[in-house]
Amino acid sequence: MTINHATAAEKFNKDFDRTTWHDETLWWVRQKRDRAAFSIPEWEKLRDTASQIKHNVLSNLDTYLVEFEKNAQKNGITVHWAADAHEHNEIILSILKKQGVTQIVKSKSMLTEECHLNPYLAENGVEVVDTDLGERIVQLADEPPSHIVLPCIHWKKEEIGVLFHKHLGTPEGCADPTLLTHAARENLREKFLTRRVAITGVNFAVAETGEFVVCTNEGNADMGAHLADVHIACMGIEKIIPQRVHLGVFLRLLARSATGQPITTYSSHFAKPRAGQEMHIVLVDNGRTTQLGREEFRNSLKCIRCGACMNTCPVYRRSGGHSYHNAVAGPIGSILAPNLDMTKNADLPFASTLCGSCSNVCPVKINIHEQLYEWRQVLTKSGHSPTAKTLGMKAMAAVLSNPSVYRLSGKMGRLALANVPFVVNNSLNPWYKQREMPEPPKESFGEWYKKNRG
Amino acid sequence: MKVGLFIPCYVDQFYPKVGIATLQLLEKFGCQVSYPSKQTCCGQPMANSGYEHLTHDCNRLFINNFAEYDYIVSPSGSCVLHIKEHLHAPESETQNEGKATHIRKRIYELTEFLTDILKVENLEARFPFRVGLHQSCHGQRGLHLSQMSELVATPFSKPEQLLNMVKDVELVKLSRKDECCGFGGTFCVAEEAVSSRMGIDRIDDHVKNGTQVLTGGDMSCLMHLEGVIRRRKLPIKVMHIAEILTATE
Repeated sequence: MTINHATAAEKFNKDFDRTTWHDETLWWVRQKRDRAAFSIPEWEKLRDTASQIKHNVLSNLDTYLVEFEKNAQKNGITVHWAADAHEHNEIILSILKKQGVTQIVKSKSMLTEECHLNPYLAENGVEVVDTDLGERIVQLADEPPSHIVLPCIHWKKEEIGVLFHKHLGTPEGCADPTLLTHAARENLREKFLTRRVAITGVNFAVAETGEFVVCTNEGNADMGAHLADVHIACMGIEKIIPQRVHLGVFLRLLARSATGQPITTYSSHFAKPRAGQEMHIVLVDNGRTTQLGREEFRNSLKCIRCGACMNTCPVYRRSGGHSYHNAVAGPIGSILAPNLDMTKNADLPFASTLCGSCSNVCPVKINIHEQLYEWRQVLTKSGHSPTAKTLGMKAMAAVLSNPSVYRLSGKMGRLALANVPFVVNNSLNPWYKQREMPEPPKESFGEWYKKNRG
Repeated sequence: MKVGLFIPCYVDQFYPKVGIATLQLLEKFGCQVSYPSKQTCCGQPMANSGYEHLTHDCNRLFINNFAEYDYIVSPSGSCVLHIKEHLHAPESETQNEGKATHIRKRIYELTEFLTDILKVENLEARFPFRVGLHQSCHGQRGLHLSQMSELVATPFSKPEQLLNMVKDVELVKLSRKDECCGFGGTFCVAEEAVSSRMGIDRIDDHVKNGTQVLTGGDMSCLMHLEGVIRRRKLPIKVMHIAEILTATE
């Protein structure tokens, strides 16, 4: 059974210093993002424009997808359509079977995480090597990524040293990032050279040209795709943009929002297979059309997976990506996940103070915190709320709806707090664990007002 | 001008002095202030927990209490934001939607009412302390009481504008000027670990930068932060901004 966010977060917070380190590491990324954004005077206009382009995309998704398919096919790319994660995984396996391949390389793709492709292929006898360094680290550790852009942000370099010593034979006690990276590179080089099929994700797919763009910093997507006989690109259907010219907006926003870089080191355009190569693209729905039909949550499909909302989220920074038990963590994950499974993810929209910082950093202006609020309403109304909470809320509503009951219970509460504080100041009261209760005054404002102004 | 004073439930019960300071401040600037005695709560604790559908009775009560005023003013950005965004007449009483609309448009958080409506330029207050301002998210990001650090836009701050009118106040510069304190309504108990940790980190920032008095526009955040301060026995006093704006120390 999945551990809910609050429980996982409590566990995460048991190590005070590590929580400090995690928070500060991500806050540093948020500050880098701020510096990059503030260097562009028209930043807010760029965000507006990106949001509007995506608005157009979502309103015309059907036509853009068909246009993309037509143009991609014209370029010699084989286009596949997958209704859900299972179909996506089956399509990939069928291509691999046809090739007679049991070992592949894969660069970063949150979609394949969402579809649980790695475990599916493993069950079917296919070995996948993740070639993004961060993803390789979590793969060796047998963990899912904890962040969509920085998959192993929860790992310290000393711990990576231990992991690499075990798996890649680096010297014991070596925690030098350059040496560790070099070791990973050596190890991956052999995989790149020998694997005949490479999977990549897709950051943007251009309808007018039938090409797709993959953004990485390490060049691992390129290395995989260029050395393989078969390149399979997997994309969610919302990744479409109408025209090439729109990349001028999105590429300026993506890396600045994600890591504070002006642009990713590689923004590679894949337009057609080279001679003798096969190129496939798998277009995946997996709940996206359902979300498109939910008016209040539709805008969540504008997401370009930059991770800025995670880096700025004070809750994410202090609970870690794994506490969200979903491929995409943080604020954006919390509004995407309930669409996939309301029962399993009913806790996520509550893992937020609704502070609104996420919506402010979002490069495509998704109203994330408002959607968190809306999901809370939807989940509660559809019976995904604990009975005890419902009863408590009904009791609270009853007290607050009746002025005289409210005044009486307020008075009783203050009296109790003043005279029998152990009733509230005990371990059963979560407030009291790390905070004092307020000191109750003798009279309420209402009582004072009646005496002095009444 | 007739002003209806909206004192949120937890301020009414736990921080009457904040209500008194708010009342005095409004009266000082010539407002004709009344406190409708049958008020309770804006309904936000239910709504933010996913039970907006249980807030109809609170809404009805709120409309009955406040529809007749030119302005409704409250010393809480969070409760004001909730009313602004969610106050509607119950479905069976659509004839009252006009009153709800009037309230949504005419409700103000205290500091914005002072700067934008009363256009206060002089306070005749004195408070010789190092003051750390906590920017509560709903006031800041929801009501735009001050510019948000995430946006590439011109800085401003209505609460700071007022604090700067108080003689001898020294405003403390924080390392993270608008990070959430972690209160978050029922979040503070449902996600106790993260909530407390966020509170501890906020307070640390104030300690490191020499805050003597912690202030802000939302007593809910301050109640949570005060809980952390008192548990840790730190020498920081907590006061609502209304108390500082009326101080004559």
